[in-house]
Amino acid sequence: MSAADISMAAAVPPSYLGEAHTLSSWLFTRDHKRIAILFFISITFFFFIGGFAAALIRLQLLNPAGTLLQPEVYNRIFTMHGIVMVWFFLIPSIPATLGNFLLPLQIGARDLAFPRLNLFSWYLFTFSGLWAIYFIFIGGVDTGWTFYEPYSSNFAHGHVIAAAVAVFINGFSTIATALNFVVSTHRLRAPGMTWFRLPLFVWAIYATSIVMLLATPVLAMTLALVAIERFWGVGIFNPALGGDPILFQHMFWFYSHPAVYIMVLPAMGVVSELVACFSRRPIFGYTGMCYALISIAIIGFFVWGHHMFTAGISLTSAVFFSLMSFIVAVPSAIKVFNWTATLHNARISFDAPMLYALGFVGLFTIGGLTGLVLATLSADIHLQDTYFVIAHFHFIMVGGTVSAYFGGLHYWWPKITGKRYPEMWARYAAILTFVGFNFTFLPQFILGYLGMPRRYYTYAPDLQTWNVLSSAGASILAVAYVLPLIYLTWSIFHGKRAGPNPWGATGLEWRTSSPPPKHNFPRTPLVTEMPYRYDPRDGSYITQDGLRCGEADV
Amino acid sequence: MSHVWLPFWPKNAAYSASLVDAIDIAEFCLILLILCFVFGMMLLFCLRYRRGSGIPRHEPNVKSWHWEIGWTSATLVAFLVLFVFGAKAYLFLYKPPAHHQLELYVVGKQWMWKVQHPGGQREIDAVHLPVNRVVKVILASQDVIHSFYVPAFRLKHDVVPGQFETFWFEPDRTGSYPLECSEFCGVEHAHMIGTVTVMSDAGYAQWLADQGATRSLAQQGFALFRRYGCSGCHDPASTVHAPSLDGLFGSVVHLADGRTTVADERYVRDCILIPATQRVAGYPPVMPSFQGQLSEEDLVRILAYVKSLSAGPPQ
Repeated sequence: MSAADISMAAAVPPSYLGEAHTLSSWLFTRDHKRIAILFFISITFFFFIGGFAAALIRLQLLNPAGTLLQPEVYNRIFTMHGIVMVWFFLIPSIPATLGNFLLPLQIGARDLAFPRLNLFSWYLFTFSGLWAIYFIFIGGVDTGWTFYEPYSSNFAHGHVIAAAVAVFINGFSTIATALNFVVSTHRLRAPGMTWFRLPLFVWAIYATSIVMLLATPVLAMTLALVAIERFWGVGIFNPALGGDPILFQHMFWFYSHPAVYIMVLPAMGVVSELVACFSRRPIFGYTGMCYALISIAIIGFFVWGHHMFTAGISLTSAVFFSLMSFIVAVPSAIKVFNWTATLHNARISFDAPMLYALGFVGLFTIGGLTGLVLATLSADIHLQDTYFVIAHFHFIMVGGTVSAYFGGLHYWWPKITGKRYPEMWARYAAILTFVGFNFTFLPQFILGYLGMPRRYYTYAPDLQTWNVLSSAGASILAVAYVLPLIYLTWSIFHGKRAGPNPWGATGLEWRTSSPPPKHNFPRTPLVTEMPYRYDPRDGSYITQDGLRCGEADV
Repeated sequence: MSHVWLPFWPKNAAYSASLVDAIDIAEFCLILLILCFVFGMMLLFCLRYRRGSGIPRHEPNVKSWHWEIGWTSATLVAFLVLFVFGAKAYLFLYKPPAHHQLELYVVGKQWMWKVQHPGGQREIDAVHLPVNRVVKVILASQDVIHSFYVPAFRLKHDVVPGQFETFWFEPDRTGSYPLECSEFCGVEHAHMIGTVTVMSDAGYAQWLADQGATRSLAQQGFALFRRYGCSGCHDPASTVHAPSLDGLFGSVVHLADGRTTVADERYVRDCILIPATQRVAGYPPVMPSFQGQLSEEDLVRILAYVKSLSAGPPQ
């Protein structure tokens, strides 16, 4: 080794993974990338716990007599599925893992604005998640994830207060993460990174964080009031104590409807990155995409009443909420059209992340359009609280968000770990996800239209065919979700080494080594142009250093 | 009868079902059209512009905002049309009917439906109705929220404790149809089911007679009215200055706080349970609250009696 080589090796800082190897270097880290990994480990654990509950639900519904689980057990299982999947997987999924890892990289920052708060957020999250799981295993909750009053007040058996406390604490984790993202996006952008040069993923995370900051406190208040009522018997929501159960629904959905956008906006951001990279084209209508994200975040606060069309709210308010629900669908439609238009004149390659992204667009479109059916007042009085609703929101949250999450995970995997994953296996997993998902949830639209209510542990025998189809699809989906766990873990140890930019993508995160060093960039990058500057003629792009990076280099 | 040839179409037994179905079918067709368009474009682009295909790509020199404004306004207009049709049908289906031929009182409790007919007939987890009559349903819950759902009518309404909810339907085909609870209400939620039997006029009259009800709901209510001491003040001969209940139901009431309200089911309920909020102008606040003393079924009986005072002398 020559003297020059030695001095070069000394100049390259170690990657964030290789920097230290002790347990305490992970548990007390302030590096956003390591915290993202911690979050990743936690939510993967919760994902498989929630998935296990889903598997039990589908097994139970194979048989109309429902003989596998006792009704009390079944009710606890679907409650656990909802609570774990919503608060301990979906809401933190993309923001806390990919967002935490990528936001500083994409804006050209050394870290998030408040690194200690970031670590604290992970401790809160993991503590509240384990707390919830502990209480689920020692007895559980049977209220459903919605905690509807007055059932949750003095009719439900089980650890309602404990579960509410878990979700309450988890809310602080969400708020801390969101605050960090908002401040970082405002204050830590690299020179030249103006608002309209931000990658759409940053826009999406920013819009999501705003929703988290404004909505989550309302959930905390609502659950605190439920706990106060249940514990001290203060009448707030329970009519027997002089309260109003409809007030609970207003407060709960004031959080929980925006929460749907907390789950899906980051997915939209991921998909925009993937579609641009694998089409080798700038995103069609970039500015429109930014405004669409922001308007979804804002209008999403004025649609909560559409969960209550049959609850006896005034006809005037029902009409208002229906109108707003139709209007909030317009920016979502704009996004679907823009993704499709990006494919025009493109040079599309079908790597696994792109397959996941295309799957997202398809499933999200179906989910969105069936959402229009539910926003239609006359249809909702038939379909509310049936399997049609279940199918609709799983299309958005599972077909949409989980597909995008897996797509993003594959896309940034070389950046996160420095290793390539096995491409063929990943393509199989992406295709299996799409097929298994449709198999599982398309029959549920039919079940819903036939009038099968949700949260039934038995059902009429003539509905069995559709339920068996759905359960069969769920088994395909289970394989599709376990596969990546296996080959991604394998790739950490045996995968090929990845270069700094294996996809030939634009974006600041690809201008540093894979995995990146502790403070991300050797020197602060300077941004001079719009994102996604792929040359439409040959798919190449010019890097900051004046190098043409084309397909041949990939 | 679309359910005969479509395995995934539910039975249709009411006017409301035809109305809801008509809008839904139009909406499903529109959705399929949009899906075909979007998926068709995606497939076409994916094939045509796959990496390695020899198709020439050109600089995107089209001004993109023309397209964007075009499809934004097109979707907005399409969505508003759907909204208007849905809202119109909902306002028609969810507004209390101007005229009804039959009333039905339904009390939901964990985990059964208790149904009371004006003639005093009672049933559990079953509803018998005549065909082609507008039925007004008054819903009450003894414990948690339930939801009264008849898929063959394409209608449901939540049953919320602490208040009366009303809605209506008009069955137009005889037969038996499932009744379900669609709002999660506890352990046996899945067994809070029953049957709605729609009968011919003659069959319904026969059924009513066979029930052996000796006293109408209003007569049962009158007995309670005496037992709970209501008549002590509200009787015209009483020396207490309390409002008369004759002709009250359906009339306009002026309250002491300046509000004006129509005396409907909800108003009567609130007067009995939370009278302090409903004091009638010109009367002292002497009405005691009966909160916690009356079961939902007894409340329904007293309501039926109060209503009968507006319809003529008690039957």
